[in-house]
Amino acid sequence: MVGWLFLAPFAVVFLLFLVGPLVYAFYLSLFTNGLATGEEFAGLANYSRAFTDPAFLSGVWFVVRFAIVVIPAQMLVALVAALVLDSLTSRFAKFSRLMIFVPYAIPAVIGAVLWGFLYSPNFGPLEQLFGESAPFLLSPDNLFYGLTNVVTWQWAGYYMIIIYAALQGIDPAIYEAARMDGAKAWQIATRIKIPMISAALVLILVFAVIGTLQFFTEPQVLLPISNGSITTDITPNVYAFNLAFRFAQFNYASAISFALGIVVFIGVYVFLFLTRKRGGFLK
Amino acid sequence: MNKKIMTALFGAGTVMTSLTACGGGGDGEAAASGGGGGSCSVPIANADAPVVSVWAWYPNMKTVVENFNDTHTDVQVCLTNAGQGADEYAKFQTAVSAGRGAPDVIMLETDTVPVFALQEALVDLSEHGASEVEGNFGEGAWRDVSSGDAVYGIPIDGGPMAMMYRQDVFDQYGITPPTTWDEYRAAAEELKAAGGPLMGDLPANVPAPTVALMQQNGAEPWTYDSANPTELEIDLNSPESKEVLDYWAGLVEDGLIGTQDQFTTEYISGAINGDYATYISAAWAPGYLTGAGAGEGADAGTWRVAPLPQWDPANPVSVNWGGSVLAVTSQAEDPELAAQVAMELYADEPSLTDGWTSQTIFPLNQSVLNSQEFIDHQSDFFDGQTANKDVYIPAANAYEGSTYSPFGTTFYAQFTEEIAAINAGEKTGSEALDDLQAEMEAYAEQQGFTLN
Repeated sequence: MVGWLFLAPFAVVFLLFLVGPLVYAFYLSLFTNGLATGEEFAGLANYSRAFTDPAFLSGVWFVVRFAIVVIPAQMLVALVAALVLDSLTSRFAKFSRLMIFVPYAIPAVIGAVLWGFLYSPNFGPLEQLFGESAPFLLSPDNLFYGLTNVVTWQWAGYYMIIIYAALQGIDPAIYEAARMDGAKAWQIATRIKIPMISAALVLILVFAVIGTLQFFTEPQVLLPISNGSITTDITPNVYAFNLAFRFAQFNYASAISFALGIVVFIGVYVFLFLTRKRGGFLK
Repeated sequence: MNKKIMTALFGAGTVMTSLTACGGGGDGEAAASGGGGGSCSVPIANADAPVVSVWAWYPNMKTVVENFNDTHTDVQVCLTNAGQGADEYAKFQTAVSAGRGAPDVIMLETDTVPVFALQEALVDLSEHGASEVEGNFGEGAWRDVSSGDAVYGIPIDGGPMAMMYRQDVFDQYGITPPTTWDEYRAAAEELKAAGGPLMGDLPANVPAPTVALMQQNGAEPWTYDSANPTELEIDLNSPESKEVLDYWAGLVEDGLIGTQDQFTTEYISGAINGDYATYISAAWAPGYLTGAGAGEGADAGTWRVAPLPQWDPANPVSVNWGGSVLAVTSQAEDPELAAQVAMELYADEPSLTDGWTSQTIFPLNQSVLNSQEFIDHQSDFFDGQTANKDVYIPAANAYEGSTYSPFGTTFYAQFTEEIAAINAGEKTGSEALDDLQAEMEAYAEQQGFTLN
């Protein structure tokens, strides 16, 4: 009984602001509301529509491709930075650690606006360097890489801190033993450090998979300055947002959101299943 | 990680958060007040009178509401700026879907009126004496706010379209203002051959002027009557429309015009820089450009305006882009009183004069269009040219009105994608319109319309 009381503050917030809206959104997703027809019960029709909607499917395909490129990129940057910083103890290392982390402390919206200016073909630095032939990184051909760059910049620092913290948790006596056995710094990194922080790496991977599949802020912010190459259905989340708040299709938007939730859940479950032997954090 | 750095990081984080909080602060007062409640951004002058809540965003709206409140004892206006254009519509749409939270009177752009009229979110003002003010407006302006016998808004301002151009560029390359679209293309080719700047621009993000240009050639993309709201005729890929869009796609393909999105810093800086010899735009564009910093620096005195080029110079057609109305929402507590506000707000002489002298609006009220002061006004932006008399007033008077899409936001978003495909060289104008027609038909059927 007392236990429930202690749980109450969390439970109230949890029910009110997470479970409640979820249930309501699911309820909404079971109806259709045509402009000319009014509201009608539709069962799961919105879901069958979602999974045959080319806009939704191409959005899912986009974030899947995006995840395949961006997650290894940002994990590699984070891992290398953390390993280097872990083996240094100078004043410079502390400064670098802070600087690498700073992009994460910048709100995603501000970061996206900032990159929008940097990419600008009229007054961005690329224009100053290359003049007329400067590439526009948000053009249809370059968009993928333009966004990859922004997201890697934003998140690598955060993952670096997680990896770095895990590295700091390793008993230094192990390194000493390795050195006595004649291991080089390179070997210590690949044979000892990386295997010992594999749990942290799996954790990051799960965060990154969930985050990337729900990709929203950067495309939404850069949409108005992309000359049309970022569409309102570029990712499932952007699609759901625009369906609801621009096109007034709240019911279908709810179904899209739930459909995305299903995709993310399956993705994460498959991933955890594949890494179940090493991943220590969800047992 | 040591403690010091952690503190520094949290410090940085807090600063960032408070900075963004400041950035969003401007909307605070708007967000706070929903329908009737909350604070008004202009004080109520007569506390005893009933209050009508109004959402509007024009920059001189406070002056307009002060004028209204000072001269009315029977009703007062509580003004809220709920955001400009799409931001306001998103809030209004949410209020409409929720069934509460909308204001009594709302400012809408003319092409958005059918979107909300169709959802029965707006009151038919013909039942509340709208015919009394019909005479204040031209025929085209009134047709824009009407559907059959119903009237869903009272016009404030309009956007008769014209061709703004750079006199300095035209002089340098020896070009005279084109009067037909053939001449426009010829001038564009001359400019390119002489190594000059681009003739114009085809923006993907604002399809409204492109729709207007299609209508100039006789296209009627949307046909319906609010008396029969579920029956709809869509004709986006008519030969007239295709001729226009193929023309523009051809200009893009030959590198004669740009493909830059408009209402962006990119476009404005390009326009100031003289990267575009013409700007196909509406009567409110000089004010918009001035507010964005054009016409003051290196480009001061270089702008002129000429009538919109024509397809058939023997039968010139005027078209309109933009402009706003005041509409009464069906959530209004007292529709009669709200209708009175919609008809009298921004309709008094001091407000209208403030509106056009500050270049905020191009009024549609005949009292202004016929006033000698307005007719003879020499525009600073156009280097003393009497732009109203020469171009904009004749265009406004010749405008015959049009029918806008009943799902304009979806239509514009889809059209944006099609124009982006044209600009990327993936589709011709005809292909884009065929695709657009198919998409809009599918959408309309899925929304429960019967297609004729």
